[in-house]
Amino acid sequence: MNWEMIGSAALMIAMLVFIFPRMRHAVKNAPKGTFEDWKGFLIPVGAVILFIIFLIQMV
Amino acid sequence: MYQNERVISGSSTSVLETNKVLRNTYALLSMTLLFSAITAFIGIAMQVSSGAALISTIAGIAILWFVLPRTANSAAGIPTIFAFTGLMGLGLGPVLQYYLAINSSIVFTALGGTGVIFLGLSAYALTTKKDFSFMAGFLMVGLFVVIGASLLNIFMGIPALALAVNAAVVLIMSGFILYETSSIIHGGESNYIMATASLFLSILNLFQALLHLLSAFSGRE
Repeated sequence: MNWEMIGSAALMIAMLVFIFPRMRHAVKNAPKGTFEDWKGFLIPVGAVILFIIFLIQMV
Repeated sequence: MYQNERVISGSSTSVLETNKVLRNTYALLSMTLLFSAITAFIGIAMQVSSGAALISTIAGIAILWFVLPRTANSAAGIPTIFAFTGLMGLGLGPVLQYYLAINSSIVFTALGGTGVIFLGLSAYALTTKKDFSFMAGFLMVGLFVVIGASLLNIFMGIPALALAVNAAVVLIMSGFILYETSSIIHGGESNYIMATASLFLSILNLFQALLHLLSAFSGRE
């Protein structure tokens, strides 16, 4: 284990500490999505997945 | 009658304000992306070590967390965001150097792919005008889990976990692009400097994850 691994781990732990209160706030206060809302998210994300499969075939 | 005029006037002011934030965000985003590309190129040319790149990334994130929120509402926000994006670009130098050495086409494919995904998702959010604020909790939990898994994998070094993390990062960053764009449209984000920082991070993470995925599936990693 070198200092770069320790540095990366420290950065990630700091990120987790920084994100945790924001995550808790978002989970408590964000509006709940309907089936239609989630469909509106899944369609573009599905297109992104297909596009990445296409890119993988290309390289 | 007078009240209706006031409502229409208020609504058009809000639309104008939203368009201004969007225009400023995209202008600043394109300039910061160009600037980070230049600093990444400097990092490659100077053959910056991975240790120096890590220090540069830590400094960039420190600016994002502690300096940018304090300066985003003033003129000092502009040099601050350039400092943040420049340091993040410099931090990318050794990664790009590594991938350019093994197969340069992967870097350009990832770059083009990131551009297409960002433009496509932005166009989707802008044309449908859907409100993606319901995704905030889901995206934050996803980000937390992905960082936790990455932390574990620093010590465990499982290739399949790295692959799963990168695939999850692509999906989460796609979600953040939709979320942030819809937040600007619906007035949730009125500060173009903070919006630029958020979109910049999504694009940077998307690019890096795509780079790792393409490299892994091409059998070169």
